[in-house]
Amino acid sequence: MLEEKRYHSVRLDKERCRGCTNCLTRCPTEAIRVRGGRAHIVDTLCIDCGECIRICDYHAKVAVTDQLEDIKRFKYSIALPAPSLYGQFRGLKKPVYVLEALKSIGFTDVFEVARGADVVTRAIRERLRDTSLPRPVISSACPAVVRLIQVRFPELLDHVIDIRQPMEVAASIARAEFCRKHECAPHEVGCFFITPCPAKMTAIRRPIGQKKSELDGAISMMELYGLLLPHIEKMQADPNFVPATGYGVAWATSDGEANAVCPGSSLSVDGIPNVIRVLEEVENLKLTDLEYLEGNACMGGCVGGPMAFENNYVAKAAIRKLVAEMPKTHPDADVPVSMLTKYPIKNDMPFEPNDAMRLDDNLIVAMQMMNRVNEIMERLPGYDCGSCGSPTCRTFAEDIVHGYCSEMDCIHLMKERLRVMAEEMVTLAQTRRE
Amino acid sequence: MTELIRSSYPVETADYASAGSASADIKRKLKQLGITGDVLRRVSVASYEVELNLVIHSLGGELTLSVFPEYVQLVSADRGPGIPDLSLAMREGWSTANDEARSLGFGAGMGLPNMKRNADDFDIQSEVGVGTTITMKFKLA
Repeated sequence: MLEEKRYHSVRLDKERCRGCTNCLTRCPTEAIRVRGGRAHIVDTLCIDCGECIRICDYHAKVAVTDQLEDIKRFKYSIALPAPSLYGQFRGLKKPVYVLEALKSIGFTDVFEVARGADVVTRAIRERLRDTSLPRPVISSACPAVVRLIQVRFPELLDHVIDIRQPMEVAASIARAEFCRKHECAPHEVGCFFITPCPAKMTAIRRPIGQKKSELDGAISMMELYGLLLPHIEKMQADPNFVPATGYGVAWATSDGEANAVCPGSSLSVDGIPNVIRVLEEVENLKLTDLEYLEGNACMGGCVGGPMAFENNYVAKAAIRKLVAEMPKTHPDADVPVSMLTKYPIKNDMPFEPNDAMRLDDNLIVAMQMMNRVNEIMERLPGYDCGSCGSPTCRTFAEDIVHGYCSEMDCIHLMKERLRVMAEEMVTLAQTRRE
Repeated sequence: MTELIRSSYPVETADYASAGSASADIKRKLKQLGITGDVLRRVSVASYEVELNLVIHSLGGELTLSVFPEYVQLVSADRGPGIPDLSLAMREGWSTANDEARSLGFGAGMGLPNMKRNADDFDIQSEVGVGTTITMKFKLA
């Protein structure tokens, strides 16, 4: 359970970790344990949402991404900025200034992921015509939410739309168009997503719903912010540039996707605890009259990503302003239907359930383990203090049953044991005197 | 065959604040046991409906989850008021929910029919002035 196998962008900086309980109790999938004075991330449960990165006062939780110099591994490099990047620069008049700035810091070319979002919007709207898809259809755009569903709501996986994320579709188009224009081979072109979050980085290295990602890497927004700033101020623009629609740009914020895809009957929810609450309702068949559900792990949507520089509310306002000044063309009118067959849009792999919550593969053994968990819980104080290194008394009891720790790791039980021992010693001392 | 898991959840009248917490815990337990797919889906719906019924209609009671090697059982036992006409109560669209419940979006009269539809085995016993006991079984494949 504590060994590391799968690729994760979210990592621990051992030197900086003090072994406190901040990340432990905040992790939405209970994937952190503190053992031997420092945190460990349980590989099978981590969904790379980055909540621990935000909460750690010691900056011991980090998101590993590619560096700007990694683009030099390729003869040509294309930057694919997440639409949330446009929300990072106060007073930005047009997205195109950000694109030109990206070229100035070393990328050969740029392609808007907002453009990918336009194509995906059109594709999802076509896909929603299929009434056999269980309602509400759930967005696949936030990889942390998809992984949350894999771990905690596996029976809702058939609700998740089988259309690729905007960054993937954008990369396919960007690479093909670049190769056609410059007459080069696909492997000579590196496609790099400019990311606000670690979940996207993980989705590139360990894709969900796809055999292989169309991207070659991801670079943190935070990493590039300072480098881009002076170039953006120059306000350079390519006169031939055809921008994505405002609908595509609005995918940067919560509700942007739902509003583009299905304004009439959709729900958008942001922040993992809120997403969990809504998914519970879907599971109880309480939202079957809803067409589409957009869930974002981060508050405010992608602008709230742990690697975004700007405050998420400020960034959201910036996106709103940009969108308000863009033409009101809907992707339905902007994206030719031929685009949907020209490039890989649909997933080529099913979403697999993650059975990490399971106590044991054998039902009888699992039931015996659960009974032992319940037995142990009756002795525990129920404070969920995290001092034992497990996030709650229940997870602590489960960890004991799995053999990862013992009851005396609970300081409250230990204190009680000491008190009993002290009393026994007093009694013993008194007996001797007589 | 012997019962292996048994968990009871007290459910209080008009406690809308914690409504749904018992069924959420039941779902989590089943997932931990590796019970998924269709059975999990049906138990989820039925346990939520029966828990809400206790909150809305009963004078308080208890929801009990039991897991046997062959099936999952849910028993809801309340302390009244009891249902005067069971066949009417089982009819779709029939509801005696009060205004408070209706203002919260409940009272569509689908509770009992939904439970019956989702359970493999459904039994309801009720006596006015005594209480109602609902027993539902869900076969494990």
